[in-house]
Amino acid sequence: MPYTVYGVNGPVVTVRGGREYNMMDTVYVGHERLVGEVVGLRGEDIVVQVYEDTTGLAPGHPVESTGMPMSIQLGPGLLGNIFDGIARPLRAIQSRTGFFMGRGINVSSLDADKKWDIEIKVAVGDTVSGGQAFAECKETGIIRHRAMVPPDVSGVIKTVRPPGAYTVTDVIAEVETESGARVPLTLAQQWPIRRPRPVSRRRAIDRPLITGQRIIDTLFPIAKGGCAAIPGPFGAGKTITQHQLAKWSDADIIVYLGCGERGNEMTQVLEEFSELTDPKSGRPLMERTVLIANTSNMPVAAREASIYTGMTVAEYFRDMGYHVAIMADSTSRWAEALREIAGRLEEMPAEEGFPAYLPSRLAEFYERAGYMETLDGSEGSVTVIGAVSPQGGDFSEPVTQNTKRFIRCFWALDRQLAYARHFPAINWITSYSEYTSELTAWYEERLGRKFAEQRTRVSRLLQEESQLNEIVKLIGSDILPEDQKLVIEVARVVRLGFLQQNAYHDTDTYVPIEKQMGMLGVMLELFDEARTLIDRNIPLSQLAATGIFERLIRMKYDLPNNNLDMLNDYVADIRSCVSRVFIDNNIDPGGES
Amino acid sequence: MRMEYIGLSEIAGPLIILEGVRDASYEEMVEITLTSGENRTGRVIMIEGDRVVVQVFEGTRGLSLENARTRFMGHPMELALSKDMLGRIFDGGGRPIDGLGALFPDERRDINGSAINPVSRLYPRACIQTGISAIDGMSTLIRGQKLPIFTGAGLPHNELAAQMVRQARVTGENGEDVEFAIVFAAMGIKNDTADFFKRDFEESGALQRVVMFMNLASDPIIERILTPRCALTAAEYLAFVHGYHVLVIMTDIASYCEALREFSSSKGEIPSRKGYPSYLYSDLASLYERAGMIQGQSGSVTQVPVLSMPNDDITHPIPDLTGYITEGQIVLDRSLDQGGMFPPIAVLPSLSRLMKDGIGKGYTREDHPALSNQLFSSYARVQEARALASVIGEDELSEIDKKYMAFGRLFEDRFIRQGMTENRSMEQSLDTGWDVLSALPKEELDRVDTALLSKYFKEDAALALRGGI
Repeated sequence: MPYTVYGVNGPVVTVRGGREYNMMDTVYVGHERLVGEVVGLRGEDIVVQVYEDTTGLAPGHPVESTGMPMSIQLGPGLLGNIFDGIARPLRAIQSRTGFFMGRGINVSSLDADKKWDIEIKVAVGDTVSGGQAFAECKETGIIRHRAMVPPDVSGVIKTVRPPGAYTVTDVIAEVETESGARVPLTLAQQWPIRRPRPVSRRRAIDRPLITGQRIIDTLFPIAKGGCAAIPGPFGAGKTITQHQLAKWSDADIIVYLGCGERGNEMTQVLEEFSELTDPKSGRPLMERTVLIANTSNMPVAAREASIYTGMTVAEYFRDMGYHVAIMADSTSRWAEALREIAGRLEEMPAEEGFPAYLPSRLAEFYERAGYMETLDGSEGSVTVIGAVSPQGGDFSEPVTQNTKRFIRCFWALDRQLAYARHFPAINWITSYSEYTSELTAWYEERLGRKFAEQRTRVSRLLQEESQLNEIVKLIGSDILPEDQKLVIEVARVVRLGFLQQNAYHDTDTYVPIEKQMGMLGVMLELFDEARTLIDRNIPLSQLAATGIFERLIRMKYDLPNNNLDMLNDYVADIRSCVSRVFIDNNIDPGGES
Repeated sequence: MRMEYIGLSEIAGPLIILEGVRDASYEEMVEITLTSGENRTGRVIMIEGDRVVVQVFEGTRGLSLENARTRFMGHPMELALSKDMLGRIFDGGGRPIDGLGALFPDERRDINGSAINPVSRLYPRACIQTGISAIDGMSTLIRGQKLPIFTGAGLPHNELAAQMVRQARVTGENGEDVEFAIVFAAMGIKNDTADFFKRDFEESGALQRVVMFMNLASDPIIERILTPRCALTAAEYLAFVHGYHVLVIMTDIASYCEALREFSSSKGEIPSRKGYPSYLYSDLASLYERAGMIQGQSGSVTQVPVLSMPNDDITHPIPDLTGYITEGQIVLDRSLDQGGMFPPIAVLPSLSRLMKDGIGKGYTREDHPALSNQLFSSYARVQEARALASVIGEDELSEIDKKYMAFGRLFEDRFIRQGMTENRSMEQSLDTGWDVLSALPKEELDRVDTALLSKYFKEDAALALRGGI
């Protein structure tokens, strides 16, 4: 008896006809062959979640199983491209159905006709094992693609084709395994998205992902292979922060995952990243980027799958020895997709209607990140930066709370800061990074011991300011003692001149870590120098009248990123302002008070 | 000839259930004929073997298990479309109710539409001038954007929306004015409100370029779920077949969401936050995401949904989920309204996400981005000064805080406040922004770079304005 549709309820379709289907098999449903996945087996009912709109499905329509779990095709041609949640290339879909998304389009992720110029890295008689590169090609101007033996294959090379131009499905070599079977090697390989790709072992995390964003690199650094969450209410700048990280972080590959978000935002990434150039290589940023766009109005089941698709692509490039960063925007939309499907499956809801397995699914996802030694012994990492969109901006809701358990870096976006147009609106009091101590060695080696010391001083200064602000709110700042006024004034310089960073300003959008340290040094210098005035009972307002505070705030725009010698001019400026104030007061700064 | 089924096996709220059905497909349209001869329409929302659940758009009042015959139409819900829709009035299900007869359709389209392929989208960059300073200057509306008005019961959101419709102008390729086609979707609003809009369109002479879809407060709730879908299908057709710039006003999203909740609970679905269905986000997204521009197409769909926040609570699920989908929001504030301010726009929580790419040099004026940034940050500082003044009294404030207090009053009085018929050009709005900034000392303007400051900042105007307080 053939398998056919029995019932339809939104994206959940019941199928009847036999007992051979396995959990998580990919199936094609209906005459239009809509892609779906088996999510439940109940007696004679097979429950399928369909990744496309189910309008028009009717009982009796044919269903066919591939007998394989949901898999995607990996190989050269992923970079610079844009896919939907189950890795179908959106450009190919456009060429078939025009500017509105069609249904039942079964195109694999890679262009089957495109030929790649490859170099061969193995010879007949070589013993190869999973993860080893057998061929290489230039995928984009920046990235060399290493075609690897699939992780579960090993044996002896029996045949090899000469170097030249091949498509992703041409057989390049054949491997004879121990059991005597011959496995063909092609540039493309299939991998089930819900299964982590194997590695040889996890390595310790000890290197930062440098982002060029001052508040992140200096105060709340993220490690390569680490996990961070950016929670924030709408309008607080989650997406812009993600864009900034995708543009400027020093990862080799970026997987940008638009999960249940706005269509225009994906278009913007596509446009902007094609125009912007990578600061290291001078090539368009798109050449190191893979975009996965399952916007909010695309089918909800594919939204659920999209984060696994993104993760699988990231792991694939990690296995080649690259450092990959995933921007997942937003994991809350993914959690809501889980909730929506759980509701359709009539599962028992737990907190706020989310299914009880929400935390374990979140853990599965975040634990696929890490700094790894790959199967062939090289190093690669996957860093995950997940945006969280808490309901009503309330961080106590289940997705934020459960995410906090599996990430170690928390960049809390703040509505009040956003209203004041303080961007990035990362709240410096509630955010934290647990990677700081693991990364200290790296920072000290690069920037000297002073860096950690400055960071501690500045955190303390901001902490003090926030406490003083409680008092200022009640009585105003005029009657504070001078040393407390100093804390408030210098903290203001740090807030406006350092923490606030303008994503749309050519100089300010990306700031090298050396300049970050230099700027902070100048600001602390101001604190120390002003302190000498206060020690001699000179009011701070006299120093403020010189305009030095405003000049330091503008330093982020006025000081070019490539001319750090100018930092000395600022120090000299501070000192001359201070000594001028001393002279005006007829005090000899060197003398006894 | 399609089969007709006689009788029903169950009626639950707006839903009817049939058994023994063989040829129904998901989302298919259904025609129900009562023995009285009355016709109703419905849609298949669930199939389980030969058991089919149908929602009846007009409601189930008067239906019995015996008196209905049901016919399955073989296609999903479609809307008849033609350019002649302009100037016409339809009910929530897309049937003409202006007595001018049926439409001769050029084509029919599934009202659910399809998602625009993200690679086919054109990133919106051209600004729409609304003539309202608080919007043009601070939260600029962009062609192809979805920018809701977050409001509350009793606030003048209708007046504001009508003013936007009257004054909205875009500039064409050769610098000429291009008028909008307007699609108006009324969802669960009162008759008076619908009349207000109709009258306003008539008086401004806009009626000939308006398509209206009316589902009033007493109309069936199932049709309310169809109303925005019909409206957006019409908008997409006008924009991407006939090349119009279409401005879609949808009011009130809160009524729409309540209809959805009512419908969901009658289906027996597991409720999520505040009883709304778990798919509320996806459902709202399927409406809002239909705004946009498409590569190679001259038209655009811009949405201005009006959403009254239950109990003025911006964290309520409806405004909350909306804010996560739309590209910003215009927030109206009750205390401003009580203070006699029109438009009572609270600029700090208002935001236009697409603004940054559609203003400035080559779009509006070079100083626009820096100016709006400065106004935002200075006005945020005003709030701090006011909070302090409410504790220690304004007299005790520091000199600089007093200046901020003065700036705050000027900003609200000169910049935000304007008449309901006052149409300010972009230049006027921006110049007013600089005028009110002159109440502050130049050193306080930390968001504007030195070159712009010396070009636009007017200290003379400062004196004049201060004299005027």
